[in-house]
Amino acid sequence: MTEYFYISLFAVVAIVVVGALLALSTVLGPRNPSPQKMLPYECGIIPTEEAKGRYPVRFATIAMFFIIFDVEVVFMYPWAVALGELKLFGLVEMAIFIIILGIAYVYIWGRGGLEWD
Amino acid sequence: MDWITEILNVTWNFIVLFLNENIPLVVGSVKAVIIAVAIMSVVPALVWLERRLMGRFQVRLGPNRVGPFGLGQPMADTVKLLFKESIIQSSADKFLFHLAPAVVVITAIAAFAVIPFGEPFEVFGQTIEMWGANVNSGILFVFAISGMGIYGMVLAGLSSNNKYSLMGGLRSSAQMISYELTLGLSALSIILLTGSLSLVDMVRAQETYPFILVQPLAFLLFFIAGIAETNRAPFDLPEAEQELVAGFHTEYTGMKFAMFFMGEYINMVTMSALVTLLFLGGWNAYGLPVWPIVSFAVKVFFLLCVFIWLRSTFPRIRYDRLMTFGWKILLPLCLLNLMVTSTVKVIWFP
Amino acid sequence: MSVTEQGLLERDKDTMTLNMGPQHPSTHGVFRVILEMDGEVVKTAEPEIGYLHTGIEKNCENKRYVHVIPMTDRLDYLNPPGNNLAFCLSTEKLLGIEIPERANALRVIMCELSRIASHLVWLGTHALDIGAMTVFLYCWREREMILDLNEEVSGVRMMTSYIRVGGVAKDATRPWLDGIRDFLDYFPAKVDEYERLLTRNPIWLDRTEGIGVFTREEAINWSLSGPALRASGVNWDIRKSQPYSGYDNYSFDVPIQTNGDIYDRYRVRVEEMRQSRAIIKQAMERLPGGDYKTPDNKVSLPARETLHTSMEALIHHFKLVSEGISVPKGETYVPIEGARGEVGFYIVSDGTNVPYRVKLRAPSFMAIPGMCKAMEGCYIADVVGIIGSIDIVMGEVDR
Repeated sequence: MTEYFYISLFAVVAIVVVGALLALSTVLGPRNPSPQKMLPYECGIIPTEEAKGRYPVRFATIAMFFIIFDVEVVFMYPWAVALGELKLFGLVEMAIFIIILGIAYVYIWGRGGLEWD
Repeated sequence: MDWITEILNVTWNFIVLFLNENIPLVVGSVKAVIIAVAIMSVVPALVWLERRLMGRFQVRLGPNRVGPFGLGQPMADTVKLLFKESIIQSSADKFLFHLAPAVVVITAIAAFAVIPFGEPFEVFGQTIEMWGANVNSGILFVFAISGMGIYGMVLAGLSSNNKYSLMGGLRSSAQMISYELTLGLSALSIILLTGSLSLVDMVRAQETYPFILVQPLAFLLFFIAGIAETNRAPFDLPEAEQELVAGFHTEYTGMKFAMFFMGEYINMVTMSALVTLLFLGGWNAYGLPVWPIVSFAVKVFFLLCVFIWLRSTFPRIRYDRLMTFGWKILLPLCLLNLMVTSTVKVIWFP
Repeated sequence: MSVTEQGLLERDKDTMTLNMGPQHPSTHGVFRVILEMDGEVVKTAEPEIGYLHTGIEKNCENKRYVHVIPMTDRLDYLNPPGNNLAFCLSTEKLLGIEIPERANALRVIMCELSRIASHLVWLGTHALDIGAMTVFLYCWREREMILDLNEEVSGVRMMTSYIRVGGVAKDATRPWLDGIRDFLDYFPAKVDEYERLLTRNPIWLDRTEGIGVFTREEAINWSLSGPALRASGVNWDIRKSQPYSGYDNYSFDVPIQTNGDIYDRYRVRVEEMRQSRAIIKQAMERLPGGDYKTPDNKVSLPARETLHTSMEALIHHFKLVSEGISVPKGETYVPIEGARGEVGFYIVSDGTNVPYRVKLRAPSFMAIPGMCKAMEGCYIADVVGIIGSIDIVMGEVDR
C-alpha cells in the first residue's frame, strides 16, 4: 500500500498547486463582471438558446462499442501476462476469443455502426 | 520550565525514532513530492521549447525577449495569466467549470507517478529508486489514470454551456475512448514479450535490444494513439482553433485556461516516457557511456521534439476520418499484431 | 438586452443553431454563416453579411475620379492594384484615351505581383484553416518581399494606389526592377516548397478531395468566377477572352482542373502563381521605353519641370488639381481578371468630375450564395475549408 500512498502524494501535490494557483489568480485578478461579458461566446452574436440539449445518438453508440471492446481488452491483459505458462492452450483459447470478437466487429462494421455521417 | 524541555525532548525523540524506523517511507515521500514538483516545472520549459522550436520550423524567431533566449517567457506568461480576470459566464455550471481543469492537471500528474526513469541506486545505505511509485501493474495504472483525464475535458465542454465547447467536449470523449483501445491493444504485445505489467520489468527485458526492433508496428500504433490521446496535432480536434475556436476551453480564461495547457504538456511528457519505456529501451543506453537517466531523458526529449515537429508539419485530420482511422484501420491492425505476436511467442519461443 | 435578462432558451429541437462568425478565426474577416448542425454535420447554411460595411460605393459618388482610386484599394484589400486597374480601365474607356505601352507593362507587372501576393495570403490562411501552420508563415515570408517591392515603387506597402487614370503613378525605379528580377529567380523554388508540404500530404488530400464540389454547371449557375470557376473545368479567363492592358502579348497558360473540389481550387491557384511569374518575366524582358502615363494633360499632370516654362502646362496643372478629370457622359463596364475572379466597375458618368454611380462587381460577393450551398451536408471542419478555398475578402463583399 505504501506505493499507493506515494501516488496519492502526487495527487496531493497537484491539488495543492492547483488550489494555490486558483486562489492566487482569484486574489490577484480583477473582477468586473458585466452582463455582456458573462454571455457564452458565440462568435460575437448574442446566443439565443442553450448549448445543452439533444445530441446525435452516434456518440452514445461509440461509447457502447468502446465499453464492449475495452472489456475484451481487459480480459486480454491477464492472458498476455500468463501466456508463458498457458502455452498453446492459451493461444487457441485467445484465438477463439478474438474470432468471436472479430465477428462482432464485422457485424458492427456491416451494420454501419462505424460510419460517422 | 523543566516540563517544557521534557515535552520537547520526548517529542523530538519520538520524531527521530519514527524517522529512523521509517526511513524508506520518508525518503519515498520526499522523492514523490520532488518528482511531482519537477514534472510541473517541466511544463514551462516545454512550452518554451515548443515555441522556440516551432519558431525555427516556421522561419521565425520565437520568444527571445524575456531573459536569455526568451527563457523567461513562460514565467512572464504565467504571471500575466495570474493577473487576468477569471470570467465564468453566467449560464455555466460553476462547480463543474472549476472542477474540470483541476481534474485534468491532477490526473496528469498522478499518471506520471508510476513512470520509472532509472535503476535504483544506493546513497547512505538507502536504496533510492528512480520512480515515484512502483506498482506491479504500472502500465494499467497509467492507462486508468490518463483515462480519467478525459473527464476533465468532457466536463469543461459540458459545463461551459457554449456550443463550440460542447462539440469540443464530445469530440474529445469520442476520440479518446476510440484511441484508448488502440493504445491498450498495442501495449499488449509488449506485455506478451515481457510477461509483466510492471514498467520496470519491461525496461529490464529490453537490456539487449529495444522492443521497437521486434515490434515496429506496435510502436507505430502506440505512438499514433498516444498523439491522439494527448490531443496533439494532427489529432487536436477537441481544441481545433480554426473550427471550434478553442473547443472545450473556449470559455476558460486566466489560470484555469493555463491549467488545461499544463495538463496537456504533462500528458505529452508521460506519453513520451511511456513510448520510451515500452519501445525504446527506457534508460538502457546499449553500450553508450552515459548515465541511465541521461539516456532516458534524451529519448524522451527526442520524442517530445517529434510531437512538436508533427504539429508544425501536418494539417488537422477531420473528425469522421479520425474515428474511421481509429476503428477501421488501427483496431484491426492491433488485433492482427497481437495474434501474430502471441502465435510467434508460443510456437517459436515457448 | 432581453436575452441577457430572460436567460437562454431551452434547446428542444434535434439540430443546433451555431453561429460561425463574425468573430471567428477562420471566416476570413467578419463573414457570418448561421449553421444548422446535426452533430458535426451541417444541415443548412445561411450567410449573413454586412459587418464590414464601409459605404465605399456610395462615397464614390462624392469623390472625384482620382480620389476614388485610394478607396478602391480598400475594397479587395489583398489585391489593390486589380481594383485600381478595373476602375481606371472603365474610366479610361469613358474618356476614350490610349495608354502608353510602358504604362500597360507596368500595370501588368503590378497586377501580377499582387495576384501572387493575394494567392500567398490565400494559401497561407487556407492551409492554416485546415491546420497546417507552417505553410502560413512560409507564405508570409514571400509576401513580405512583394510588399517591400510595393513600397519601393509606390511608397505604400499594401494600399498602393499605383495605377492611376491615364497610366501609373510613378515610373519604375531601378531598385524595384532589380528587386522583381531577384524575386522571380527566388520564387519558383518556394512554390515547390509549399507543394511539397501539401500537394501529396495524405491528410491534406483527405481534407480537400471531393469536398465542396461545384460541377461545371453549378459553378456557372452560382456565378463563380476566377480560380474557383476554372477548378470546375470552365476555361474562362478574362485575360485571354477579353484581353486588356496588353495581356494578349504575353504567352501564359490558364490552369484548368475538372473536379471542382477544394483540392482542385488549390491546384489552380498554385499553378496560377507560377503563370503570374511567367507573365512578369515576359513583361520585364520587353519592358518598353516611353511614357509611363498618357501625355494627355487633360487626364494626367504635366511634368513638374514644364510648369516653370509653359503657361499651358501650368493651366492644365491648376485645372487638374482643383477640378480633376472631367469624364464625358456615359456608362461603361470593363471587367478584368482579379485574383478572385471577375472584377469590374460599372461607372455612370453625368459628364462632371465626379461619377454619378460606381458599382463594383465583386467576385467574393457573387460566390457567397454558392459557397453556402456547398457547405450543406459537410462537416463543420469542411466549412472552414470551403470558405478558405473560395477565398472571400469581406472588404469587397460589404462595400
